[in-house]
Amino acid sequence: MSTVSTAPEKRVIPDRLGTPFRRIMSSWEVLLFGVAVLIFIFNSVASPYFLDAWNLSDATFNFTEKAMIAFAMALLVIAGEIDLSVAAIIALASTAMGAAAQAGVGTPGLVAIGIGTGLACGLFNGFLVSALKLPSIVVTIGTMSLFRGISYIVLGDQAYGKYPADFAYFGQGYVFWVFSFEFVLFIVLAILFAILLHATNFGRQVYTIGNNDFAARFSGIPVERVKFILFMLTGVMSGIAAVCLTSRLGSTRPSIAQGWELEVVTMVVLGGVSILGGSGTIGGVVIAAFVMGLVTFGLGLLNVPGIVMSIFIGLLLIITIAIPIIVRRLKLMSSK
Amino acid sequence: MARLIKKRETLLFLIIVVMIGVFSTRAADFATPDNLAGIFNDTSILIILALAQMTVILTKSIDLSVAANLAFTGMAIAMMNAAFPDLPLAVLIIAAIAIGACLGAINGFLVWALEIPPIVVTLGTLTIYRGMAFVLSGGAWVNAHQMTPTFLSVPRTPILGLPVLGWVGIIIVLIMYIVLKYTQFGRSAYATGGNPTAAVYAGIDTGWTKFLAFVLSGALAGLASYLWVSRYAVAYVDIANGFELDSVAACVIGGISIAGGVGSVAGTVLGALFLGVIKNALPVIGISPFTQMAISGTVIILAVVFNARRERNRGRIILRDKAAAETPIEVAA
Repeated sequence: MSTVSTAPEKRVIPDRLGTPFRRIMSSWEVLLFGVAVLIFIFNSVASPYFLDAWNLSDATFNFTEKAMIAFAMALLVIAGEIDLSVAAIIALASTAMGAAAQAGVGTPGLVAIGIGTGLACGLFNGFLVSALKLPSIVVTIGTMSLFRGISYIVLGDQAYGKYPADFAYFGQGYVFWVFSFEFVLFIVLAILFAILLHATNFGRQVYTIGNNDFAARFSGIPVERVKFILFMLTGVMSGIAAVCLTSRLGSTRPSIAQGWELEVVTMVVLGGVSILGGSGTIGGVVIAAFVMGLVTFGLGLLNVPGIVMSIFIGLLLIITIAIPIIVRRLKLMSSK
Repeated sequence: MARLIKKRETLLFLIIVVMIGVFSTRAADFATPDNLAGIFNDTSILIILALAQMTVILTKSIDLSVAANLAFTGMAIAMMNAAFPDLPLAVLIIAAIAIGACLGAINGFLVWALEIPPIVVTLGTLTIYRGMAFVLSGGAWVNAHQMTPTFLSVPRTPILGLPVLGWVGIIIVLIMYIVLKYTQFGRSAYATGGNPTAAVYAGIDTGWTKFLAFVLSGALAGLASYLWVSRYAVAYVDIANGFELDSVAACVIGGISIAGGVGSVAGTVLGALFLGVIKNALPVIGISPFTQMAISGTVIILAVVFNARRERNRGRIILRDKAAAETPIEVAA
């Protein structure tokens, strides 16, 4: 976006690349992992309640639902697009499930409706962006108020709360010992998305589109179709997150998951995905999810109110993007 | 004449007139001058924020922090007014504009000096500014009885049938028209968004122009914060929550291209009035106010589709712009 205006920069091409070990150690993921470890140590020193298997298990609920969306969002951002309507999709999917539950639909039906609503929203976004070739930022700002607006029309100031008892498993159940259903799902999805992005043809196409849309077209990549699939995926993941969140809370209000789009984008960017597209890894997003979960959980144990936590999240977002830029500038200056 | 009809602004104006006509068949006194003045007055704050947003969007950026800026600044001056009732109103208004401009300058600095994409910067500062409003107030409200009578009454004082609030809106519209059309900054803003590469070759400092646009946007948000707090006679953390989207919506409806460089003050004002008329008409024609969010969402999407069709014939310019942007990189490599 902003690289357009600058005059050609002098590029320094090193004689030889650093050793693989050095390159891995200086990668964003390792750096972030170091931060996660530091926060972990800091938290366990700051609060005596932190190092407890059940407490830590509870802490994972802070990020698992957001991280599920973040995986799909990471692919979208790598491809140079963005979806700001994810939180609104959760609201709409949750409202649809609530209405169905009120009508007596069973748990399997509710899950299908939740994911189906997510898919439908994703299809709508995908259609607007790839078929009509509209900028995704504005489109998804529009669909964001449309989707949540529909929830408000349906619910107004009311809430749905009558969910079947076995529906609670997705947000409150445990697979074994302290490992919740959500956490296991998070791990499984992380692996699936890592394979999709890093080991398939489709994943390579996503990188190519993000790096150079034109070159991608000339190499025969169906750019619009890939983008369409990515929006669909993001919708489906938002639907899955809606199932988990609704199940965990046991109720639906139109203001559910308000502001999550910001946290999801923060997670993606914190995970080392370039907001300009073209680079990033699922591993980074996974570590970023842990970092954000640990920060909010640690602050929560220290009795910091939620809105103050959001200041930290905002700062985290800006600082993590600013630091690599400043470091690059300094390197450039010292090499002159 | 044919050109005038084809123009976006004329079309939008006609749509608004038709809308008012339709609404007045349902509620007889909807189209009376008094009620229309009321609607304009009611929409003034949105008009000011939309013009702030427009300036930023013209430079190929976006400012999602305007509403959070309004909340923080509004809280700050309401608390100043409650703590020091003797401070003259002028000082408070200048303080509001200055605080707003500072918050805008933070956005602008990050965009200008660090070249972080504006959407990321302002998504971040959106939460930070609103969080700061909470830290500042401790979550407490500043209520009407804590504010001084002058603080509350000035924007409500009617002059020639329109309250001062509405007149401020009109003055800001005129100022912004002159700034964007006849000053070096305004022309630079259009050039920066229209074709950044060409703007650089023409000797325009695009980064500085963006910085100024953000400062201006912040200053207008600061002014709007006083109007908001005074009009609703209350300040709390969540005021104007989500209003940034309304300001973007007004711009998009008014034909401001999100890709930068295209749009007029008249379009933005009409876009804001379009939303204002709908908002005021819903209760009159008996539709639940909860539908408003979905309506603005739909209108944004329709407006974007409409804008894109208009811009399709500009495709070649965009292509050339991209090609020019990529050439220097290849040369350097």
